[in-house]
Amino acid sequence: MHISPVATANHEAHENPALLHHFATVEQQKDAASFGMWLFLVTEVMFFGGMFCAYLVYRYWYFGDFGAASQSLDIKWGAINTAVLICSSLTVALAVRCGQVGKQKAMVVNLVLTIVLGLVFLGIKAIEYKAKFDEHHIPGQASFHLEKSIPGHPDTPVNQPHAQVYFSLYFAMTGMHALHMIIGVGLFAFLTYKAWKGAYSPGYYTPVENAGLYWHFVDIVWIYLFPLLYLIDRHP
Amino acid sequence: MATGDTGNFGERETYLNKEYGIKSWLLSVDHKRIALLYLVGITFFFFIGGFFALLIRLELLTPAGDLVQADTYNKLFTMHGQVMVFFFLIPAVPAVLGNFLIPIMIGAKDLAFPRINLLSWYLYIMGGILMLYTILAGGVDTGWTFYVPLSTEFLKTNVVTAALAVFVSGFSSIFTGLNFIVTIHRMRAPGMTWNRLPLFVWAHYATSIIQVLGTPVVAIAIVLVALERLFHLGIFNAALGGDPLLFQHLFWFYSHPAVYIMILPGMGIVSEVVCCFSRKRIFGYQAMAMALLGIAVVGFLVWAHHMFVAGISVYAALIFSLLSYFVAVPSAIKVFNWTSTMYKGSITYQTPMLYAFGFVGLFTIGGLTGLFLACLGVDIHVTDTYFVVAHFHYIMVGGMVMAYMAGMHFWWPKISGRMYPEGWGRLAALIVFIGFNLTFFPQFVLGYMGMPRRYWDYSRAPEYQILNVLSTAGATILAVGYLLPMVYFLWSMRYGKPAPDNPWNAAGLEWTIPSPPSTFNFDEQPVVTWEAYNYDEIKQEVPVAH
Repeated sequence: MHISPVATANHEAHENPALLHHFATVEQQKDAASFGMWLFLVTEVMFFGGMFCAYLVYRYWYFGDFGAASQSLDIKWGAINTAVLICSSLTVALAVRCGQVGKQKAMVVNLVLTIVLGLVFLGIKAIEYKAKFDEHHIPGQASFHLEKSIPGHPDTPVNQPHAQVYFSLYFAMTGMHALHMIIGVGLFAFLTYKAWKGAYSPGYYTPVENAGLYWHFVDIVWIYLFPLLYLIDRHP
Repeated sequence: MATGDTGNFGERETYLNKEYGIKSWLLSVDHKRIALLYLVGITFFFFIGGFFALLIRLELLTPAGDLVQADTYNKLFTMHGQVMVFFFLIPAVPAVLGNFLIPIMIGAKDLAFPRINLLSWYLYIMGGILMLYTILAGGVDTGWTFYVPLSTEFLKTNVVTAALAVFVSGFSSIFTGLNFIVTIHRMRAPGMTWNRLPLFVWAHYATSIIQVLGTPVVAIAIVLVALERLFHLGIFNAALGGDPLLFQHLFWFYSHPAVYIMILPGMGIVSEVVCCFSRKRIFGYQAMAMALLGIAVVGFLVWAHHMFVAGISVYAALIFSLLSYFVAVPSAIKVFNWTSTMYKGSITYQTPMLYAFGFVGLFTIGGLTGLFLACLGVDIHVTDTYFVVAHFHYIMVGGMVMAYMAGMHFWWPKISGRMYPEGWGRLAALIVFIGFNLTFFPQFVLGYMGMPRRYWDYSRAPEYQILNVLSTAGATILAVGYLLPMVYFLWSMRYGKPAPDNPWNAAGLEWTIPSPPSTFNFDEQPVVTWEAYNYDEIKQEVPVAH
């Protein structure tokens, strides 16, 4: 009909083995992959957004109870974990940089460091969860009991049901976050193996970059979780 | 492999005969093969969901609860809703027709992420298996909406597996949407500017935005329901101070826009079909494209109109009522522009066009009754009655399924390389139209008279029976109307006339390549130099049907 197909298939002078058949150029392929990752992170924002929305509502309704329940968390572990995650963001960024400049060994080291830091975070989270179980701070259980008073009102004990709403959110939000950490650690284990085998080069390191984006996102979620869950009503 | 060969199906290498064997299908990353994989799954679930619908209609034939009792009836309408919404309506057009056509329409060899495309099919099937397990293990009776506290506190049925089924299939939907957005942004052929995109592609772009932004929210809502059931978390539990209304907000934040996930791709199909069979450019191309995006955006701001009687504040209700009216503006633009496209067109009445006519009329009725429901006073009167049931079936069955059938007939020659029998096609379209209206129009009346939805027994109001009998009769006619295409499509795969490249003399890149296409769609990179729907440059008429 109207088409007189012109042969414009833009074949690269040096065929990159990583270039998939349906893309014209490596740039197009890389662009598509990182655009896809950013879109995926948008879906993640919406996913966590549901829980942050719930938090917003209940924090507003049960202001004092949330403050009281928050004080039962161990701020020391939360702070250490925040530092651990920020360090892991650094190692991930370094791993991506190593991809850009083609330092294979350093990339493997940084990826392994990221995994180690991720596992440290999860280990500390496990210690914190265990403490909650030991102290009977598990929502929905008959044994639930929180011995705290509303911040600023030492004679008003915390409302036990409302404190359970706080802990429901605490476990749902940190649990979902931990699940994302576990997936991330798995992802990096796979990438470490591939990097060790020499799969990435300055011409192709998109998977490392995308996994890095994911990891930064998971870190940022924690950067919000830490103040919202640990730091409310901490003023002396 | 020669482009332009027509009618020598079987000798030329196509995506269908390139490889044989079950593995070449189940591991294929070709968007066209994945589209057909989806077609099989979606057709299967359509008939499962339809089977539950028929049982519902049979039960309502008589006022007394004689075929099934309350518990079974609750399960029937729940599983009808869940199967139809999550496993047919939402994936049907994007995953089958969108998957097949979007890369071709924009001049690409495949979607941006072919393996994620295959993954999304597997997620769909995993969700489907969980749904089937739920059904076989005794069913679930939450209503398709999973409302708390019913779903979290009271029911002993398979709520968690049903929730998991919806959750998993939701990821399939997210990945499809993500794939489409990236593909439409990054994979367009040279010259295929945004203003030259077929409206089918615009429609899927708008749909994908909703899938990407909305689905994760229902995912977390449903996860929280499952966590409440499994671990007694208290986020929605009123006994602890949690708010059941919060669940409804999170649920409808997705599930109202989900209605537009269902209808927008249908609007894309109808735009293609109406132009082709009127031999005219679309009236108001940009308004049509912006209306699609407008529906997607405004559609996100109206969710609480599902909660007018649930105890939300009267001010919130007023605002959501007003915003709901606003959706009518872009919707009306679409209906006006389809009508204007047909005006003074050389209209022919092939099967896809018959379905498109049905779509425009029935969507208009469904949309206008939606305005009744956006009106607070009327809504309070007819909430949870058959009026609501009729309204959304006019949109979903009268709108979306009609459009899906229009698209299946329009592109079947391209997909299968065979023509379907035109006479049977027209007959089926007529049967579907009659059956549909006979099924659902009486339900408007029933609802206005006050018959509540989700009741298995209306023996205290036997005056409802005559309208219910009409509705059940219509449903059986509708069933015949849906079985017919199933039979003749299958028949045509073997016995149909080989399809030419462009059986309708239609505009669009997909009609410039052979039917069925080769694996990489285009042998040479196409370059686009024309607007969409340039029917004034295509002099030929639609060939006469045989």
